[in-house]
Amino acid sequence: MEIDEVYPGGELDKLEGEQINSLIAQSQQPIPDPDEWLDEELKRNILLTSVDAILDWGRRSSLWPVFCFPACCAFEFMTTAASRFDISRFGMEIVRASPRQADLMITAGTLTWKMAPQVKRIYDQMAEPKWVLAMGACAISGGIFRSSYSVVPGYNRIIPVDVYVPGCPPRPEALLYGISMLHKKIAKMSIAPKGK
Amino acid sequence: MTVALSGKEIAARLEKQFPGGIVESGADSLLVKAESLLEIASYLKSTRGLDLDYLTAITAVDFLDYFEVDYLLTSLKHNHCLLVKSRCYDRDNPTLPSVVSLWRGADFQEREIYDLMGISFEGHPNLKRIVLWEGFEGHPLRKDFL
Amino acid sequence: METTKEVIVKTEPFVVNIGPVHPSTHGVFRMKTTLDGEVVVDMEPVFGYLHRGIEKLAEERTYTGCIPLTDRLDYLASMSNNLAYCLAVEKLAGVAVPERAEYIRVIMAELQRIASHLVAVGAFLNDCGAFMTPILYMLRERERILDLFDMVCGQRLTYNYMRVGGVSQDIPEEFIPRPEKIS
Repeated sequence: MEIDEVYPGGELDKLEGEQINSLIAQSQQPIPDPDEWLDEELKRNILLTSVDAILDWGRRSSLWPVFCFPACCAFEFMTTAASRFDISRFGMEIVRASPRQADLMITAGTLTWKMAPQVKRIYDQMAEPKWVLAMGACAISGGIFRSSYSVVPGYNRIIPVDVYVPGCPPRPEALLYGISMLHKKIAKMSIAPKGK
Repeated sequence: MTVALSGKEIAARLEKQFPGGIVESGADSLLVKAESLLEIASYLKSTRGLDLDYLTAITAVDFLDYFEVDYLLTSLKHNHCLLVKSRCYDRDNPTLPSVVSLWRGADFQEREIYDLMGISFEGHPNLKRIVLWEGFEGHPLRKDFL
Repeated sequence: METTKEVIVKTEPFVVNIGPVHPSTHGVFRMKTTLDGEVVVDMEPVFGYLHRGIEKLAEERTYTGCIPLTDRLDYLASMSNNLAYCLAVEKLAGVAVPERAEYIRVIMAELQRIASHLVAVGAFLNDCGAFMTPILYMLRERERILDLFDMVCGQRLTYNYMRVGGVSQDIPEEFIPRPEKIS
């Protein structure tokens, strides 16, 4: 079974091309950021508060990133994970190849429309609760490549983003500050259903 | 350092064998008609003394009246190089003969030129888009795109 | 000594997609491989997952404005990319470069080459089997070179330092004894 017998005549390429075109058509507006729980008043009962505190402490103290590194910011992430700016002190040095075992996606690099369906697939495969940290100018808004024909203007067109870290590429200190902001955000989460 | 061959000398040598194939020749490049491109290229590859057996690069330029495709050929034995150019005047459906049979390295480069400029190459075994996805409309590096 | 009987298991070629996101493909590169057992019989590479249209963006910019775009082509060796672009423009325009700038350019290019090769060796040994040790050692050494670049132009990865006709700013006094101490 050669490749051409399984997918004859470039059929697979056409299917993937249609998938990309449909993703472009449905991503014309950015997805709003998920932070509606941040401003809620703390109307919770005492039992849930301590349970929340323990769960949030557990979740934020060992966020495992998933392996998805398109471009240059990947190297700043690797130097953050390496010996000088150690990310292992936050419990994050294990970069999981399988998205089922990860709970943080650090988007390090420019996203092109050709790559977008794959990134969305990885995001969908991650188990709840999951967070996304947009690293670098290309991830926030397309960066220096915004007016190009094949670049997605920011990851929040296809996946909801929690924390934005600007820079091109952001220094490791900036990335660590972004991660600590994400920790603060997680500390405010609650397992009670969102009020209304 | 790689020595660049003079276009005029090569043109003088080729004039006898391929009359009318060469359009003009400058100090460092050779402009060739599209129909006789394949014959001249195979002559340049196989002649002793020239032996241009390594294709360094193929690029294409969009002057608005015509497309120009440049082949940069190098000889590993004699350490000299030559630039061969060829033009297509058709805007809607430009075609050129493919040189994949002579130099295998032209495979991906011709696909990239087809993808980004829209120039088709006859005789190419697998001419489809390479850096953009199937279903992308248009050819981005043309001057009238966007 | 008894001879072992070879049991030949009949395998069929099988198409496996080693997709764009995979821990061992550095960067995004997709391979559609046809495997027969463990032997690769056929392979079709698919790339373009990081095609950002830099050539088209460069059409809208001035000569100096293209230099940040050239940084991002090979982001591990930004100084070298800048240098290649500036040399090409200088050759076309016939611009002469002062001597001090030429020396500075060569020093920066050589330091950049060492930094880039440290990552190459570290990643290669990583793939050979030693999981994280070599790359951590190499990145530690690379940090010293990145400190030097930080001192000169303020950036750690994409420098935008070379200009057509020289460099963007002179090196500070503290820089001069440092490269000798790297080794």
